[in-house]
Amino acid sequence: MTAATDAQQPGGLAARRGRADRPYRRPARPVRAALHIFLIGTCLVWLAPLLYALYTALRPYASTQTHGYVSFGGTYNFTNFSNAWSQGDLPLYFRNSFVITIPALVLTLFLASMVGFVVARHSFKINIVLLMIFTAGNLLPQQAIITPLYKLYLMIPLPSWLSDSGYLDDSFLGLILINVAFQTGFCAFVLSNYMRTIPHELTEAARVDGASEWRQYRQVILPLCRPVLAALATLEFTWIYNDFFWATVLMQTGANRPITAALNNLQGQFFVNNNLISAAALIVAVPTLAVFIALQKQFVSGLTLGATKG
Amino acid sequence: MSMNPASTTPVSAPAPAQPAARRPKRRNSVTRLGARDRLTLTLMAGVPTILTVGLVWIPALATIVLSFTNWNGIGGLSQITGAGLQNYRVMFTIYPEFPPAIEHNLLWLAVFFAVPLPLGLYLATQLNKQMRFSRVYQSVIFLPVVLSLALIGFMTELVFSPTQGLINNLTGHTKQSNLVDWLGDPHLNIWAVLIMACWRQTGYIMILYLAGLKSVDPSQVEAAQLDGANEWVSFRHVVWPALRSVNIVVMVVTVIESLRAFDIVYIVNQGTNGLELLSVLITDNIIGETSRIGFGSALATVLLVISLAFVVPYVYTTFRKDRRS
Repeated sequence: MTAATDAQQPGGLAARRGRADRPYRRPARPVRAALHIFLIGTCLVWLAPLLYALYTALRPYASTQTHGYVSFGGTYNFTNFSNAWSQGDLPLYFRNSFVITIPALVLTLFLASMVGFVVARHSFKINIVLLMIFTAGNLLPQQAIITPLYKLYLMIPLPSWLSDSGYLDDSFLGLILINVAFQTGFCAFVLSNYMRTIPHELTEAARVDGASEWRQYRQVILPLCRPVLAALATLEFTWIYNDFFWATVLMQTGANRPITAALNNLQGQFFVNNNLISAAALIVAVPTLAVFIALQKQFVSGLTLGATKG
Repeated sequence: MSMNPASTTPVSAPAPAQPAARRPKRRNSVTRLGARDRLTLTLMAGVPTILTVGLVWIPALATIVLSFTNWNGIGGLSQITGAGLQNYRVMFTIYPEFPPAIEHNLLWLAVFFAVPLPLGLYLATQLNKQMRFSRVYQSVIFLPVVLSLALIGFMTELVFSPTQGLINNLTGHTKQSNLVDWLGDPHLNIWAVLIMACWRQTGYIMILYLAGLKSVDPSQVEAAQLDGANEWVSFRHVVWPALRSVNIVVMVVTVIESLRAFDIVYIVNQGTNGLELLSVLITDNIIGETSRIGFGSALATVLLVISLAFVVPYVYTTFRKDRRS
């Protein structure tokens, strides 16, 4: 398991970064040129859908109607972006997304780090069962549990200030909780692997000084986990923001949907205007693309630390 | 929890055999902890466990139980009546959407094994070499992984739209006479969707293999090549055996992602007309006009059992190995 081997020492993240370009023997010159040509070709194919979306979004509908979609000429402007932004109510949906994603992210990391602490720093018999419950839970297809979950959500009442519907169903809290419950497994797995590599002497010393378990967690272990927490935060932000299924089923009020799920309504609203849809799709991709570009190393290391995430 | 029988036995089994030998190994046993610390630890592990068990495992168990009942979802739990195997009988014999859904899920799985897996592995082995621009190539191929699957559904429509799409415009198939209806033709649309799904999956697999390749000792590869082994032979005999554990992860990811497939087809046409999937049928039975909880649960049980058949052995071997080391 890569997670286990990579996290062997707390310096694992940093150390791995330095070794990024492993010195395999350099291939001979013509072979290398052929390889570069293949890779450049692959990259162009890979970028094509996004570039096509961007190009389409930059052209007014009328322009593509007269010239065709794969063509040059006509006008280029940002009208589609501003129209999608205002006509599609994107600010509202962005707000919903962040109202769900940020608390869910914080809560996931908080709960997962606590589970990780208990499992990694103590050898209770139940630990392995706990880890299995969390990890396996994270790997189930969401649709396998949605039917009873939906009915369960309709049975749990909430005060009206928390939910317009009066139930956990159709509420922000409901979406936050299911995202947390589903994602905690992955984070607990990664964090417990990492915490296991922190020398026992550190908590031993704190214990001798009379530090409670909570203080050992809060003041000794948690600060040492900062790099992993950063990696997981990057990853979980993307996953929770990208959630489509939970929001589609468990949030019926259209105006409360996060942006990933709300896009589906926009599709009906914008109908066959692919230029407008392209612009909206690209706007929706901006937060995850920004996170990826700014924090690519954290993103990739989070993914490979766990390597179990489906 | 459906996994308890499998997981508790081996954990507790060795204990009676040699309890004396194991006890001193434990660094902190419960008895060393004060009452307050014990309460703290119980809460720290207990609260997240209650949440996950309550919202994931109890619904998973309830899925199985409800699959043997009839319930239209209206009215309380008292409306539930036993149905025996009726839901399964209907599903396997007369439910018209079931065979195509299973077929598409299997096709999805086969394509994920046939394309993103070897391609991701090939790209990873090449990009792991000391090479200029390796990082740039990696970033570009990885890029679709950060996009949501829903968004990839939209990209599918953009790329494969019959008149406005990239593919038909490039190949000159936009006229009424020679139009290729990628999204509407029930024999073609699954392929359009799969191409875009592979677009995302390849980068994911590549990153997993790149991580796995870091555990391959480069001096061994070099030694093999000095001994005259060509690239294929050194890959086959040095690199591939070292990728064993990452291969297991990749396999689980591939299976789970194929079973989870939902968002793209739901965006394209709500998973109908050639794009049926198990996940869509389950969802239709709760959010459609006809709410058939028992029947939906029977479909979900099929999905649950298939995924547990992969997840349980995987999780079990992972943690058993973990425990030994």
